[in-house]
Amino acid sequence: MYEPKIICFYCKWCTYTGADLAGTSRMKYVPNGVVIKAMCSSRVDPQHILDAFSKGADGVLIGGCHPGDCHYVTGNQLTYKRIEMLKRILPEFGVDPKRLRLEWISAAEGRKLVNVMNEFTDDLKELGPARQAVAEEV
Amino acid sequence: MAKLKLGVYWAATCGGCDVSILDTHERVLEIVEAADIHFWPCATDFKVKDVEAMDDGFLDVTLFNGAIRNSENEHMARLLRRKTKVMVAYGSCSAFGGIPSLANFTTREAILKKAYETTDSTVNPEGVRPQTSTEVEEGNLTLPRFYDHVYKLSDIVPVEYIIPGCPPPSDLLMTAVEAIVSGNLPPPGSTIAGKKTLCDECPLEKSDHPKISTFKRRFEVIPDGKTCFLEQGLVCMGPATRSGCGNACINANMPCRGCFGPAEGVKDQGAKMLSALASIVEFDDEDQARDLLAELADPAGTFYRFGASDGLLSPKYKQGSEEEAKAEGAKVS
Repeated sequence: MYEPKIICFYCKWCTYTGADLAGTSRMKYVPNGVVIKAMCSSRVDPQHILDAFSKGADGVLIGGCHPGDCHYVTGNQLTYKRIEMLKRILPEFGVDPKRLRLEWISAAEGRKLVNVMNEFTDDLKELGPARQAVAEEV
Repeated sequence: MAKLKLGVYWAATCGGCDVSILDTHERVLEIVEAADIHFWPCATDFKVKDVEAMDDGFLDVTLFNGAIRNSENEHMARLLRRKTKVMVAYGSCSAFGGIPSLANFTTREAILKKAYETTDSTVNPEGVRPQTSTEVEEGNLTLPRFYDHVYKLSDIVPVEYIIPGCPPPSDLLMTAVEAIVSGNLPPPGSTIAGKKTLCDECPLEKSDHPKISTFKRRFEVIPDGKTCFLEQGLVCMGPATRSGCGNACINANMPCRGCFGPAEGVKDQGAKMLSALASIVEFDDEDQARDLLAELADPAGTFYRFGASDGLLSPKYKQGSEEEAKAEGAKVS
């Protein structure tokens, strides 16, 4: 059974704390994510995302604060614009833009994080392994 | 001091790099004084068999321009690597893939179909395609195998230095020649150009918090010649491109196209440009920002115009993979 590998970049202030909440609340969810804590979702350089895909990640999830709630005021706006543009570039390199997902998850939304991870994992299972998809594409 | 033995070769390239060597004008005499040219298909009459006859490591320096696009390019890259002490990736194509590497955004099949079947000027009802091997009365004719992807030179063989540019400005070539002649060379792996980004050297006026509220293309406007191109809505690759070109395009009132590749320490020029551009695009709400970004024409082709073989997601060359494809290709093409 194919299990997708998801690299999750969570902002320290909202999504990471939300993931903590999911954990301390003992919510069960898929174990496919590898979490990397960042000070802000905008700390995630597009190079980090491309690097993850080039090293075999099947999906990349970016978690940030809701618009207007950014700890650094405008960080998540930057993230949003970068991800929108990256989604237009990924298909040119043979990566389905559905493999990149941006979600606003606050520190109180442990439940949302669980749902997003479950849903994203299901979507990726449907898409199949990233490497194979790239190989077929080119 | 004995004269340097110099080789120059072109692979998948337009020939502009060869012309740029002649662009040194009268200083070409300095090059000829310091070096004997032993191989330069564009300008001299040496043949491949002359290179094959050389001892390994015979050439001191080879300026290799052009990307690796087919089996002949790869063969020559490997041959010259064996015969050369210092291999220089000369020009954007051999350094980052260059314009030919834009082919990495499509497939080999789509390229061949376009070139030999679907262009308006093509009449080819039988769908004849070039063959790697054809039997005729006079014997067997061969052509190089057209690869699935375009690679930069350093994907195929180790490269000591990079001189970027499309084509490299002649003063960078002279810097390199002087460095080689004086033996005062930078550490292997260096790029012979600036270290910072072009913005760092750009003479145009920049405000502290620039904002883009609309994207324009160069044919739609005449830039005022004083203000930063980005602030005028034109995509200029300056924030993500290595300096050292002498601001040639900027001085001609044209935005930078990125031919010098990523600045020192950057892995992916396109990702950096995307980042820089995203930070100055106006943001009122998500929908407005998305609509504005959708106006940007061909982001991948713009951000990776000279470097689609050099990005983090670019196709990786695997030893033998193209050879296997060759065996397969012989059947289908």
